[in-house]
Amino acid sequence: MIPAAFDYACPTSVEEAVRLLAEYGEEAKVLAGGQSLLPMLRRRAARPRLVIDVNRVQRLRGVREEADSLVIGAMTTHHDVIHDALVRRHAPLLASATETVGDPAVRHRGTVGGSAAHADPAGDLPPVMLALNAGMVAEGPRGRRTIPAAEFFVDRLVTALEADELLVGIRVPKPAEGWGFHYEKFQPSAQAPTLVGVAVAVRRESGSIAEARIGLANMGATPLRAAAAEAALAGADATEEAVARAAGAAAEGTSPMSCGGTPSEYRAHLARVLTRRAVLRAVRSTGRNAV
Amino acid sequence: MNRISVNVDGTTYEDEVEPRLLLVHYLRDRPALTGTQIGCDTGNCGACTVDLDGASVKSCSVLAVQADGGEVTTLQGLAQDGEWHPLQRSFHERHALQCGYCTPGMIMAARDLLRHNPDPSPEEVRYSLRGNLCRCTGYQNIVQAVLAAAAAPDSVTAPAAGGEQTWP
Ligand SMILES: Cc1cc2nc3c(=O)[nH]c(=O)nc-3n(C[C@H](O)[C@H](O)[C@H](O)COP(=O)(O)OP(=O)(O)OC[C@H]3O[C@@H](n4cnc5c(N)ncnc54)[C@H](O)[C@@H]3O)c2cc1C
Ligand code: FES
Ligand code: FES
Repeated sequence: MIPAAFDYACPTSVEEAVRLLAEYGEEAKVLAGGQSLLPMLRRRAARPRLVIDVNRVQRLRGVREEADSLVIGAMTTHHDVIHDALVRRHAPLLASATETVGDPAVRHRGTVGGSAAHADPAGDLPPVMLALNAGMVAEGPRGRRTIPAAEFFVDRLVTALEADELLVGIRVPKPAEGWGFHYEKFQPSAQAPTLVGVAVAVRRESGSIAEARIGLANMGATPLRAAAAEAALAGADATEEAVARAAGAAAEGTSPMSCGGTPSEYRAHLARVLTRRAVLRAVRSTGRNAV
Repeated sequence: MNRISVNVDGTTYEDEVEPRLLLVHYLRDRPALTGTQIGCDTGNCGACTVDLDGASVKSCSVLAVQADGGEVTTLQGLAQDGEWHPLQRSFHERHALQCGYCTPGMIMAARDLLRHNPDPSPEEVRYSLRGNLCRCTGYQNIVQAVLAAAAAPDSVTAPAAGGEQTWP
């Protein structure tokens, strides 16, 4: 299908993009990698009056290192995130989860900011942002603010960004010693969306697990933290039995949908299985922060 | 309407286009390069894969205006001086196509892989082609054709920007 007609703007600065967003409000759509937006335009699920293509805003690309965090520009492509040495060193969970997104052509265009702003509950990167305690950096006419990932995902395809705000980057705290990470997902076929995804960050102290942060994809209208499993893991022994017991609580407090022949009980089962697997792998990877 | 200038397979085209025009429609309609196929409405099938500024893209998921100032290579730009590209030869020799609908996208995706990873394993070939659907072949001959082309001495064109691909 062919998208409905729209006007096109190709600003070269954040300020210009924000001015257009402020002028057009809900009638404008930002175009990042287009890997979710263009299919939506083709299906006419979106009919913006203005498309604001931010691909030529150089400031939105690349990864910057600060004292205790990395700032990843919103327009950094999946391909570049996967190959970035700073990301691989300080945010290996983001690198390895991004490797599972789509296919090479999708990863050449798709961006980390687009994946966050799209807020698809089946997206692989939003639960990673929860598990990493990322901050979503937004710029608008009232200046710049950082929204914690935990407050960013508001509903299915809805974020805390105001209509006149642009997501400019993602701030990921550098992990201290002792953290391990893993992303595990189940997808019935290469082309199907992720049925359930589990992003795990755990801190190990000798024989036990000191703390855990677990982000779940597709277990509700937004990515969720598996709070009950996290609580059960805090202070637990780093053994298969203890991890399996804690993972049994992974679906508590979630609200997975039943759809397309996938009953919610099946998703809950997958969440438990994948959480056990991901926590064990994350625990085994503690001590080395590289992928 | 927006004015664009795009180099496609070595020829520069200047055109007025509507912003909503998809790159795949532009390529098929304006230079009449109908080798690039349209298969799906989702970005899933990969039949429309072309090279834009040194990286494979699904041309149904890029606007023609976004290619302004850029360089596009389609399947039809691969043959040089009447000689097939090693991947084209290899697909032909190994019977890696039946109806041929997916073939242009398969070859463009495989070319992208070989630029990043000139010596891929069968798993790496399969993983890199997961965005390209074929209804006919069952993929086995396609994978073998890509591996055979990788082993051919003249198979790898200039490397694209970016590091070597890694695979989970
Ligand atoms: C075949 C295929 C397979 C895929 N497989 C996966 C997968 O396995 N896992 C997965 O997680 N995703 C998958 N995706 C989606 C892909 O990861 C997209 O890259 C991603 O969802 C959107 O990123 P984008 O940069 O393309 O954003 P776009 O499509 O350009 O934009 C998406 C939305 O975010 C808004 N937006 C984008 N950037 C900003 C910004 N800076 N500020 C404010 N708003 C913004 C847009 O207005 C739009 O509403 C797949 C897509 C395709 C086509
Ligand atoms: S037509 Fe582009 S991916 Fe199917
Ligand atoms: S050869 Fe027919 S679709 Fe692949």
